[in-house]
Amino acid sequence: MLVLEQILNGIQFGIALFLMSAGLTLIFGIMGVINLTHGSLYMVGAYAAALVAAKTGSALLALVAGLAGAAVAGIVIEALVIRRLYARDHLDQVLATFALILIINQTATMLFGRQPLFVAMPPALSHSVTLLPGLVYPVYRLVVIAVGLVVALGLALPINRTRIGMLVRAGATSREMVRALGVDIRLLYTIIFGLGALLAGLAGAMAAPILAVQVGMGEQILILAFVVVVIGGVGSIRGAFYGALLAGLIDTMLRAFLPGLLRQVMAGSNADALGGGLSSMGVYLLMAIVLLVRPKGLFVRQS
Amino acid sequence: MRVTTIVGALTAALIGATAAVAQEPLKIGLITTLSGPGGYLGQDIRDAFNLAVKMQGGKLGGVPVSVLVEDDGLKPGQGKQIADKMLKNDKIKLFTGIVFSNVSGAVVPDILDADGIYVSPNAAPSTFSGKGCQKNYYVVSWQNDALHETAGQNANELGFKSAFLIAPNYQAGKDALAGFKRMFKGKILGEIYTKLDQTDFSAELAQVRAAKPEMVFQFQPGGLGIAFLRQYQQAGLNTEIPMVVAEPSLDAITLKAVGEAALGLNVTSHWNSDFDNAANKEFMAAWTKEYNRPPTYYASQSYDAALAIGAALKGTGGKVDDTEAFRKAMLKADFKSVRGNFKFGPNQHPVQDWYALKVEKAADGTLSLNTKRKIISAYGDSFAQDCKL
Repeated sequence: MLVLEQILNGIQFGIALFLMSAGLTLIFGIMGVINLTHGSLYMVGAYAAALVAAKTGSALLALVAGLAGAAVAGIVIEALVIRRLYARDHLDQVLATFALILIINQTATMLFGRQPLFVAMPPALSHSVTLLPGLVYPVYRLVVIAVGLVVALGLALPINRTRIGMLVRAGATSREMVRALGVDIRLLYTIIFGLGALLAGLAGAMAAPILAVQVGMGEQILILAFVVVVIGGVGSIRGAFYGALLAGLIDTMLRAFLPGLLRQVMAGSNADALGGGLSSMGVYLLMAIVLLVRPKGLFVRQS
Repeated sequence: MRVTTIVGALTAALIGATAAVAQEPLKIGLITTLSGPGGYLGQDIRDAFNLAVKMQGGKLGGVPVSVLVEDDGLKPGQGKQIADKMLKNDKIKLFTGIVFSNVSGAVVPDILDADGIYVSPNAAPSTFSGKGCQKNYYVVSWQNDALHETAGQNANELGFKSAFLIAPNYQAGKDALAGFKRMFKGKILGEIYTKLDQTDFSAELAQVRAAKPEMVFQFQPGGLGIAFLRQYQQAGLNTEIPMVVAEPSLDAITLKAVGEAALGLNVTSHWNSDFDNAANKEFMAAWTKEYNRPPTYYASQSYDAALAIGAALKGTGGKVDDTEAFRKAMLKADFKSVRGNFKFGPNQHPVQDWYALKVEKAADGTLSLNTKRKIISAYGDSFAQDCKL
């Protein structure tokens, strides 16, 4: 039962990572922009959801606000800053988007203070259910998993079946060729950036009732999201999905079971220290191995 | 004629300048953490110190003071730079304010080496409380381990026979678990160190459920504690397994942010907003009027630190250069602490009473942290015996 519960925990963590890294991988893969502000969009989504939830008490409105807030912030950032960076090299992009992180964090501090905000869990979802005898799981986390799977499917269909999706896939493979064929790449970029922001906002809004909504919350998940992008392969939504699940599961499983396993061969406190250290390295080790074996990521055709 | 005017003006200016020097208030350097998730702790420390100065009319112990505030950003290196600047450029001798033990570990030695004085309103790592105790280093809050030792004692008194322990994997986390285990007489069923930046605890909570302990002791300060408590409730564990914590895991801000998830929590503390003594009532009234938000215990400690500094300054007539005279006046602890009984132990850390608090729901549905009973009287810490001053 413990194993099953931990698998669910891993999937839930993976889903949150997927929502973050889906946008990141598209923006990086198609637009060629290293966007560090993606974590800030996650934070904007969480704050927007927290504020609307506090004002109206409606979880649905909060979710809509989270999505809208992040998407609007994303489009504004794209138009004002990112658009000027397409032709510049990655160092300039990192510098500019890092500056944006500082500006957005400081603005949030000035507007909402340093105290973390409280977001009530929707009452209908605030309890736990017994899935199997001995396996009790919070309903809210099950809903997060379900929403994530629906979004993954909802992304897969348009990307594989529509014209915009075709352009997105083409853009990920060969940006220059798409531009050479006369596609309005600027519009495509704005759509992609908005979509990425929307997904980050969704992740933030859904995380709000679980985690502490506070300044700097985005940076914590951003680094892992980048790792997922590298594991799955830059530009591949499918890669982001499987990469995120893999990273979520590995991180959770190592955290849950490694200290216990090590304790069988060494003293308790040493096992905890070593287990804790190894499990926090786990995801990065996975990335290193993937880079060695398949340098372009698991789900990108290797040339 | 013209020359004399200039000379006259110069002399006047010089006299003015010397007069200004004579009247210049004593500068106090307040280095604290104002940015990042831990920023609200430093904010309370700064605001409470300023409040004490304001209540005494811009003076502490009758001596005019000016407080210079700088943000260390929870970075030990940045704290060192600020201390260096304050020591050399501003010629400050008297310091206070640091929230986090890792910052104080880096900054305090610099201050003491330059013959300065440090009065801690919060962090008190074991490095400076036992063998490494220092003459010009005073702590007004508590010693780090004492927080968790008293939580262990509280767990004993509540009758728990087995416990599961969780803390972040860094020095203060390890000290917390060591402190708890020093006092707790029951069985430890499991111990988990989490990552310091971890915000999802689902994997750990599953292990808690599987271990079936009678209680959980956790140390997750600030935003971490908020996430932990809420996930504990969402997993349905709060109705099954009671939790005992020390005060860093539940302050007034955390309580407001977690809401119902904190209901029933057992907390140990040396101060609470409902303490019934004149000094605390005066503090609470002034704080509420000035800032209109509930004070955390960080605020109470900083207020006490200001009062302690005031008492020492009164004793020396505002002089801080003669550190021996300052020390003599300081150790008398001639002030009314908002926590009630207070004196300095042999290692210049507090000897004080500890209380058991519980989060309860009032008739109008609001949650409050209420003082239930005294756990230990006149408790110092387990390092004082190693200190030879």
